[in-house]
Amino acid sequence: MVTIRRLMDALSIRNLRKTYANGNEALKGINFNVAVGDFYALLGPNGAGKTTAIGIISSLVNKTAGEVEVFGHNIDRELEAAKQCIGLVPQELNINQWEKVGNIVLTQAGYYGLSGRLAQERTEKYLRALRLWDRRNDIARSLSGGMKRRLMIARALVHEPRLLILDEPTAGVDIEIRRSMWNYLRDINAAGTTIILTTHYLEEAESLCRHVAIIDEGEIIEDAPMSRVLRKLQREVFVLSLADEPDRAPELEGFRTELVDSGELEVEMGPAHTLNDLFQALDARGIEVVSLRNKANRLEELFMRLVENKQPPTGEVENA
Amino acid sequence: MNVALNAVAIKTLIRKEMIRVMRIWVQTIVPPAITMTLYFIIFGNLIGRRIGTMDGFDYMQYIAPGLIMMSVITNSYGNVVSSFFGAKFGRHLEEMLVSPMSNSAIIIGHIAGGVLRGLMVGALVTVIALFFTRLRVEHPLMTISIVLLSSTVFALAGFINAIFAKKFDDISIIPTFVLTPLTYLGGVFYSISLLPEFWQAASKANPILYMVNAFRYGILGRSDISIGHAYIILIAFVALLFSACLYLMNRGVGIRE
Repeated sequence: MVTIRRLMDALSIRNLRKTYANGNEALKGINFNVAVGDFYALLGPNGAGKTTAIGIISSLVNKTAGEVEVFGHNIDRELEAAKQCIGLVPQELNINQWEKVGNIVLTQAGYYGLSGRLAQERTEKYLRALRLWDRRNDIARSLSGGMKRRLMIARALVHEPRLLILDEPTAGVDIEIRRSMWNYLRDINAAGTTIILTTHYLEEAESLCRHVAIIDEGEIIEDAPMSRVLRKLQREVFVLSLADEPDRAPELEGFRTELVDSGELEVEMGPAHTLNDLFQALDARGIEVVSLRNKANRLEELFMRLVENKQPPTGEVENA
Repeated sequence: MNVALNAVAIKTLIRKEMIRVMRIWVQTIVPPAITMTLYFIIFGNLIGRRIGTMDGFDYMQYIAPGLIMMSVITNSYGNVVSSFFGAKFGRHLEEMLVSPMSNSAIIIGHIAGGVLRGLMVGALVTVIALFFTRLRVEHPLMTISIVLLSSTVFALAGFINAIFAKKFDDISIIPTFVLTPLTYLGGVFYSISLLPEFWQAASKANPILYMVNAFRYGILGRSDISIGHAYIILIAFVALLFSACLYLMNRGVGIRE
């Protein structure tokens, strides 16, 4: 059974601990598994231990204790095989600013044992995919921040890893580029690459990932499929734009309402009700709704509650 | 260990190092050429004429092998220390650390880069020397083997310096306070037979003396020390320093948290 589980997991972490020389206990014995083909979000506030965990997995940080296996390869015993499976896009820029864009990717291919035509083809393939081929002869320093991030993704993909680890890959990237990066990541995940993503943009995690783990103060406080995690959020607040401008908030049974602006109504809804119930109630009062949106990102709301309270939310909706 | 993968990785790293050396040739190739030209003009031509001969050779001829060796070892050292520390400082060393290339391959690739730069500069200084004096290589194989071993020793020393360096100042301390004095006291400009007995004995504790003299023997056929001792010392240093580099890399000293 253990063997089957190992074969199924792209990454398996057991009782992973890290205590830095200054005494800071960054990881307090965390456990988690990432299934093959998953798109896995590893979330947490700054200093929670995400980057330390990624550093250990990619062998940039020495662990204090615990076991890490990448596609069944233990990093203590089969480090070379484990590294061959991983592509890393780190949080901080770590490209040689004075090197040419094409050479950065080509050199990385060489470090993974790819040479000659194959290395050239892969370099071209990923620079084109990340829309950097036209800049291949420019030095990295001349690229914009978003281009440098894309270059790091191309570099991480050149050996076609089975597990891609992205540590805040879209930090500082404008929305258009971010969206195109999301699409690209979805494509490579659909093609079979397992992806671990850390990000502070929680709508990004919600949009891309199927599984989420939340780490705080060196401990995993949540680890479940995204849909199950979001279901734990029992309250949702919607903002409705109304066709008319009522004087006061309408009283709707089972919903808490508040008029926040003329023509804008906030409605808080519990798990016992659906949007259909809400619209029926509004319809019964002759209130016409022009548009509707979530007041806050659902995952963000849940994340804040988990990190602040360190316990799953149990939202109760008070009747207005 | 995957030999084929590491062979490609080493080749890649050497190529990268050569591109770096050529990209910044004004910093890597030109300064030693200018410095050595000045040495030849001032010490060899102007002062050398008053000195006359040394160990039976024209002074310019006598110092040429030492100056060539000096440029080889300082450039081998300088290339590795600046390249490896630069990669550490700019964090692009992580490109290698996350890859499956072995620590031995990382060391060998950097050392080979340092040796190649040392040889390039050494060749250039030799050409410059030929404008000032006549050199006939007495023992070509010995000359080549000594220059390769010496260059490797200092490239390895530069690697260790880079591992421990935390800031740019740290990479100039050893060259300034250790390498340069040892080079000047290593018989580049004089024969140790001119020194009092005590200082002759003290000079023999300086490894650069063996490199300079063995190299001089290869070119001029004249040395103050036993060539056998020079080989033993150089090979021992290569083995010792390579082991130290590997140990430090495996422990992650200076490169991993």
